[in-house]
Amino acid sequence: MKKKLSPLGKKLRFFQPKETYSNDWSELSSQDREWEALYRRRWQHDKEVRTTHGVNCTGSCSWKVFVKNGIITWENQCTDYPATSPDMPDYEPRGCPRGASFSWYSYSPLRVKYPYIRGILLKLWREALNKTGDPVLAWKSIVEDPEKAKAYKSARGKGGLVRASWEEACTIIAAMMIYTIQTYGPDRLAGFTPIPAMSMVSYAGGSRFLSLIGAPMLSFYDWYADLPPASPQVWGDQTDVPESGDWYNAGYIIMWGSNVPLTRTPDAHFMTEVRYKGTKVVSVSPDYAESVRFADHWLAVNPGTDGALAQAMTHVILKEFYIENASDYFLDYAKKFTDLPYLLLLEKKDDTFVADRFLRASDLGMPLNKAEWKTVVLDQTTQQFVIPKGSIGHRWENEGTWNLKPEDEAGHAYQPTLSLLGVEDLVVSLDLPYFDDHQNSLIRRSVPVKQIEQQGKTLYVTTVYDVMLANYGINRGLPGDYPLDYQDLKPYTPGWQEQFTGIKGDLVIQIAREFAQNAVDTQGRSMIIMGAGINHWYNSDTTYRAILNLILLTGTQGVNGGGWAHYVGQEKVRPLEGWQTVAFARDWTLPPRFQNGTSYYYFATDQWRYEELPLQELTSATIKQPRYQHPADYNALAVRLGWLPCYPQFNRSSLQLADEAKDQGAVTNEEVLQYVVNELKSGKMEFAVEDPDNPVNYPRGLFVWRANLISSSGKGHDYFLKHFLGTSHGILGNDQQALKTEEVRWRDQAPEGKLDLLVDLEFRMSGTALYSDIVLPAATWYEKCDLSSTDMHPFVHPFNPAINPPWETKTDWDIFKGLAQRFSELAATYLPSSKKDIVASPLLHDSPDEIAQPFGKVRDWKKGEIEAIPGQTMPKFLIVERDYPQIYDKFISLGPLAEKNPLGAHGLSYSPQGMYEELKKINGTIQRDGVASGRPSLEFDRQTVETILALSSATNGTLALRAWQAEEAKTGLSLQDIVSDRAGERFNLASITAQPKEVISSPIFSGNTQGKRRYSPFTTNIERLVPFRTLTGRQHFYTDHEIMLEFGEGLPIFKPALPNLAFAAHEQAPDVSAKTLQLRYLTPHGKWNIHSMYGDSLIMQTLFRGGPTVWLNNEDADTIDVKDNDWIELYNRNGVVVARAVVSHRIPRGTTYMYHAQDKTLNTPGSPLSHERGGTHNSPTRIHLKPTHVIGGYAQFSYGFNYYGPTGNQRDLKVVIRKLEEVSWLED
Amino acid sequence: MKIKAQIAMVINLDKCIGCHTCSVTCKNTWTNRPGTEYTWFNNVETKPGIGYPREWENQDKYRGGWVRKNNGSLELKAGNKLTKLLNIFHNPDLPVLDDYYEPWTYNYENLTNSPSRKHQPIARPQSLITGETMELTWGPNWEDDLAGAQITGKKDVNLKTLQEKIRFTFEETFMLHLPRLCEHCLNPACVASCPSGAIYKRDEDGIVLVDQEACRGWRFCMSGCPYKKVYFNWKTQKAEKCTLCFPRLEAGLPTVCSETCSGRVRYVGVLLYDADRIQETASSDESDLYKNHLSLFLDPRDPKVITQAQKDGISDDWLAAAQKSPIYQLAIEHGVALPLHPEYRTLPMVWYIPPLSPIMRAFEGNSAQDIFPAIDQMRIPLDYLANLLTAGNREAISLVLKKMTALRQYMRNLHVNKERELQIPAELGITESGMQSLYHLLAIAKYSDRFVIPTAHREQFADLYAEQGTTGYSFAQDCSTCSAGKDSALSSDFFSFRGTSNE
Repeated sequence: MKKKLSPLGKKLRFFQPKETYSNDWSELSSQDREWEALYRRRWQHDKEVRTTHGVNCTGSCSWKVFVKNGIITWENQCTDYPATSPDMPDYEPRGCPRGASFSWYSYSPLRVKYPYIRGILLKLWREALNKTGDPVLAWKSIVEDPEKAKAYKSARGKGGLVRASWEEACTIIAAMMIYTIQTYGPDRLAGFTPIPAMSMVSYAGGSRFLSLIGAPMLSFYDWYADLPPASPQVWGDQTDVPESGDWYNAGYIIMWGSNVPLTRTPDAHFMTEVRYKGTKVVSVSPDYAESVRFADHWLAVNPGTDGALAQAMTHVILKEFYIENASDYFLDYAKKFTDLPYLLLLEKKDDTFVADRFLRASDLGMPLNKAEWKTVVLDQTTQQFVIPKGSIGHRWENEGTWNLKPEDEAGHAYQPTLSLLGVEDLVVSLDLPYFDDHQNSLIRRSVPVKQIEQQGKTLYVTTVYDVMLANYGINRGLPGDYPLDYQDLKPYTPGWQEQFTGIKGDLVIQIAREFAQNAVDTQGRSMIIMGAGINHWYNSDTTYRAILNLILLTGTQGVNGGGWAHYVGQEKVRPLEGWQTVAFARDWTLPPRFQNGTSYYYFATDQWRYEELPLQELTSATIKQPRYQHPADYNALAVRLGWLPCYPQFNRSSLQLADEAKDQGAVTNEEVLQYVVNELKSGKMEFAVEDPDNPVNYPRGLFVWRANLISSSGKGHDYFLKHFLGTSHGILGNDQQALKTEEVRWRDQAPEGKLDLLVDLEFRMSGTALYSDIVLPAATWYEKCDLSSTDMHPFVHPFNPAINPPWETKTDWDIFKGLAQRFSELAATYLPSSKKDIVASPLLHDSPDEIAQPFGKVRDWKKGEIEAIPGQTMPKFLIVERDYPQIYDKFISLGPLAEKNPLGAHGLSYSPQGMYEELKKINGTIQRDGVASGRPSLEFDRQTVETILALSSATNGTLALRAWQAEEAKTGLSLQDIVSDRAGERFNLASITAQPKEVISSPIFSGNTQGKRRYSPFTTNIERLVPFRTLTGRQHFYTDHEIMLEFGEGLPIFKPALPNLAFAAHEQAPDVSAKTLQLRYLTPHGKWNIHSMYGDSLIMQTLFRGGPTVWLNNEDADTIDVKDNDWIELYNRNGVVVARAVVSHRIPRGTTYMYHAQDKTLNTPGSPLSHERGGTHNSPTRIHLKPTHVIGGYAQFSYGFNYYGPTGNQRDLKVVIRKLEEVSWLED
Repeated sequence: MKIKAQIAMVINLDKCIGCHTCSVTCKNTWTNRPGTEYTWFNNVETKPGIGYPREWENQDKYRGGWVRKNNGSLELKAGNKLTKLLNIFHNPDLPVLDDYYEPWTYNYENLTNSPSRKHQPIARPQSLITGETMELTWGPNWEDDLAGAQITGKKDVNLKTLQEKIRFTFEETFMLHLPRLCEHCLNPACVASCPSGAIYKRDEDGIVLVDQEACRGWRFCMSGCPYKKVYFNWKTQKAEKCTLCFPRLEAGLPTVCSETCSGRVRYVGVLLYDADRIQETASSDESDLYKNHLSLFLDPRDPKVITQAQKDGISDDWLAAAQKSPIYQLAIEHGVALPLHPEYRTLPMVWYIPPLSPIMRAFEGNSAQDIFPAIDQMRIPLDYLANLLTAGNREAISLVLKKMTALRQYMRNLHVNKERELQIPAELGITESGMQSLYHLLAIAKYSDRFVIPTAHREQFADLYAEQGTTGYSFAQDCSTCSAGKDSALSSDFFSFRGTSNE
């Protein structure tokens, strides 16, 4: 070995040139370079572990985590994705800076390492336990004593957390649960954890435990306002979208309200790269966002007016590509795959008509099965009315006629008539609802109609297409108020839209033409990537439907490279059937309680008491007045008619009803249920939603995991603090003069601190952890086994532990397993016997329930308009046996229903035969007396992973084949070839750890990826003629539910943002000395965080400004003397934020951006207005519940968990900003 | 002619999404430790803006790089050796900590450990230098996405020749993201600035390194580097800089910043150049700098070059890598990559493909038949890009942008089955197969297209037969007493067994 040189020796040798170059300009020297080992040693490591990040970003990226000396040191993206094709870019290396920084959390000072309980509560608990010697009595003595309850509730969020043992923490939680179940019933407990796709097993841990108990799980996709309600409305599908690789198939891309580089970071390259393929890219964004950098055109739209822009583009496309120079491709697509040729009934109103509902076979007196659910077109050849196959009536008669073949029920071919013009009986005038910033009015245009004489009445019918043309002002020489040309200011011309959007009409015409012409040239490869920027508004569904016009009218949906590409929320659980079996304990008990999140929080946090806008102002001019003025009353209506769920359920315990019924003489289950109906009908018993501020109806216990509810997703943050938690808050408005309800009981004094116990499982001290009563230390994503999937790519990724959970942390699965064990132990004493639980369930989408309420007419049994019949005119009621001491045994084993019941989703079901036995071998069986004995084990997260993969069609080829066979039976089509080449494939943890693997095509999802195609939604529908899960079986432009028409939303329409100002008319804005400015308040997704995750890490904070910031335009800032990095106060009736100003000319005037999910745990001073710590981005927000989102029991408008329901939208708001000369840190 | 091989990089700014993944993965790997808190071997800046450290491009302020004297000879801008000797204890050109930023952390523990109090506890910023609570006024990416740029951006030196035309208004907003790392220059000013001779350029691959044993902390390299990519580690009192991840390159892997680049914008490969022409090239007229820099690179398929390269000790596998080099293709064959600030005369080896941008007249319709905007309608002013990448040469930058636009038009016609447009590419000097090849490199860009990296020939440096069994062990070299358990950094419990103990 060479002898090491001394530094001096090195020097000497360094000065001995061996060779010189370039006229002695440079020289080669000999130098000892052994020191280089310094950097080599840093790079060298012990192992790389494949895992991913469980965060709701839609990324689901595969990462390798490096372990060195037993320490997680850093992470890099995996680059071994299977190649896409030689002609397109690959998926590697998916990832972003946020994910790349995750390892910081492992050992950071922010890590939750031990169980914590708020000291005041723990002291009360120990005293009570000492005194009573009984945990349940101890808990009772605390929460039933107003002073004690207030003492610990009002301390929430204010420090004072102390370490506790796992044993003590679990005992308190179990005692709370048992007390609540005994006193109020299991539905007063609830679980909130979002986005199963981001870590399915961790989701399932808690949801399995709570479902076994009978506690509801709260939905998240609607609550997050990530759900685009337009998708259920148009397609009957929650959301289905292309994988990002399919962007590379597009010939034209509009990024609309989606900041692709910033929020779709791992996928953005497909967008930047496809430009070299000649694809034009357009960005619609109010600010000069990162997405604009890559666009060829920037449409700088005024916030919230995107609908107007889309309406004008629709006008151009209809006029130029349907009427003037009709595209055969477009017309053909419209006839086959949309409701445009379907006939609508017109309702006569004085001297004119308005559009009503779809014509049905029953209207024509056709003697068909389920005739009320079969829609009608006019055959172009025979001029006869025909009933095309594929409508929802066909779906549920199970005759194999549910398909899109151009045939009527008898199998005869037909040609649908798109427009009645030329074959009409007469032309009539039509009044169409119109909305703008001033008032709701009517536009009078006209349509050709057919008259039908039926049972002595004259029916007037026209096509959806004819009504569309009238609505959009496409003049075909018919009488009415039509625009003269594109510059005319009448709706919906390019000239008209300019007054709202600020975008020049000529540019709108150009982009609309290019988009449509590209679709003609490429047979549908025009795409719109759309996102949260346009989805988080009150009227996001009207905006979305207006934009979806563009992609439906141009025949791009169901075509690779075309259609909508909505990315808000990581909603796609690829191995769906297996996951939901485990997650909701369907292997043991049915049905689980699924509560829609928005309604839960709307009432629980009393945001419903702060409404200011009577609904009269938002309804169609075609009606005199809406059913109710207050949204809460619509929610109560929806609950009693079986549209929306409601947990807490009744103002009585659901466990006492069976006993009561027996006391009244009921013997059979039917009689028990009749008792329940009678109690409701007579008004002796109420739904809890009818009196949300009654203490018997409070939610009592809430588990939060994998989420930051209080500081990230909790729209109306300060309402959570005040009413739900009972602690200090920054609300500046009041509820005393607010809009009052008619049916929901208004109590003069709103309660504070409804919730008895907030339990949070966390690995970092987030806002929710800070405000929780008990914080349980969770393992991070680098410390457990789990699964992740997303709609952005076709893979299912594993989580694998790089190290075991450090300190006293545990995986979510293990934490809930431990809770289940402690709960079952206590239940043996306190809840020993089996209980009958009456579960009320709404009418469900993708089940025969969705044909419960014909014609979309509202019939209220409470008002005597119809008989109260469970499952038809009101919720279903079911009896579920709860055996509480067995919860742990059931938790750790796969139950018998997994063997007995079919698997399935979305209305499809197929046999799981053979899988149960196989899982016994894969997972091993439980060796323990009791119900679990001999069953496949689910003790460990790894076994749950294997179970989910084994029981899902996307990851088990055998099941995929069975699922396609089931779809064949349903549709009468031949489909199984789609999967025949992959029927032998099985995914398991080892195989997806070895390399990412593309999922198998399954009819659970709408895209066909046969032959390594990129996933594009609805390709199966378009190519293989499987119907959409809607009323007509086609894609809907028109929606005919009575409440949709009440709000003027039969057709896609423009509705402006809500007119709300920073303070309501009845409120006084605070008097401040500084100059102020009122601005629109937007909270788009940020660059240095994924929601609040990563946002508190040192590296992310270092890469921007180290604390909460609010962006505003430099000219706006000048008017209130604000300079870059000044402290500002931002406020409205809902709350206050204190943050640093970021001044930039990139932001438009009139609008301020506070990027989403900035927690108030770092660098946030106090507010002079609230005297509390400056709030989160959600302090100025409040949710607005939209009545059209409560509709149910009607075709695609039927409830599904995370499928339909009011969204927690939060964009339609204004705030006031002022400069703060100095700040107080409130460190007392 | 003296042929040498250099590992070089191209960064496609037209694809860079400004996400900073490169910065984060680099920092976690290399500079996540006391002494280097403020150090970002790789950082990303939003332009227009003054960057990190503040105004690094302002050589009137920092006097980095080289200047050509009236007699045509090159001299460090900071002065000759005598000037430097006079300034050895006070370097007037050195950026101070505030020009970078004062690194901070938070008292995170306060969130968990706070006693019960009147208000919600808070974690406040604390200086990593002084430990004191601090107000944040600057950071390594303070101007992200034009934050505050209507003030700081005005000091961006790339705007200096076009100030009248640029207004920082909403309507005229433009931006680009600029990832930066050490340029591993052919004519590195840092090497020439070092009084200790501690910085060297590796013979085998051109990587510029600071010898951590030889460095004496004079810090002239920091001011000498016009890119401000050498940093001072306050703990070791030595200069540190990007190593181009040589431990990875030697194993045939791309740098961390390259492999983890989510935008897939980075390319790494080998270039062959004539080391005998460095001085001459670096002394060119400013307008010729880019062109002459290009001419330094040798065609790896030219038989004469191959013969000479073999003579100069370049191995066949490195020659093969040079022949497949994406850098050669992008910078030389297609001519779409350009050096950053060639006027600094250090002959930088990280090159950039310039960005296209939306048309300026965003508020008006474009009546042109062409679906893509012409380059003179784009939002990023040509002069701005010229000042950044071609020492002000508008024609050079314009040609690159035209090529990229022509490529898009050509490919569009191909994909919508329209007649292929060949005349414009021909006028720009691109053949149809050139179009296809450029398209493949820019768009398809598979891992193996982006990174063509030969492994190191360690056999040239060491007795590998001997090292095979000893590599990784250090006790034979560094051990002073070789007694186990003494001065161990780790204090942990362990068992000893009396029966077997040596003690």
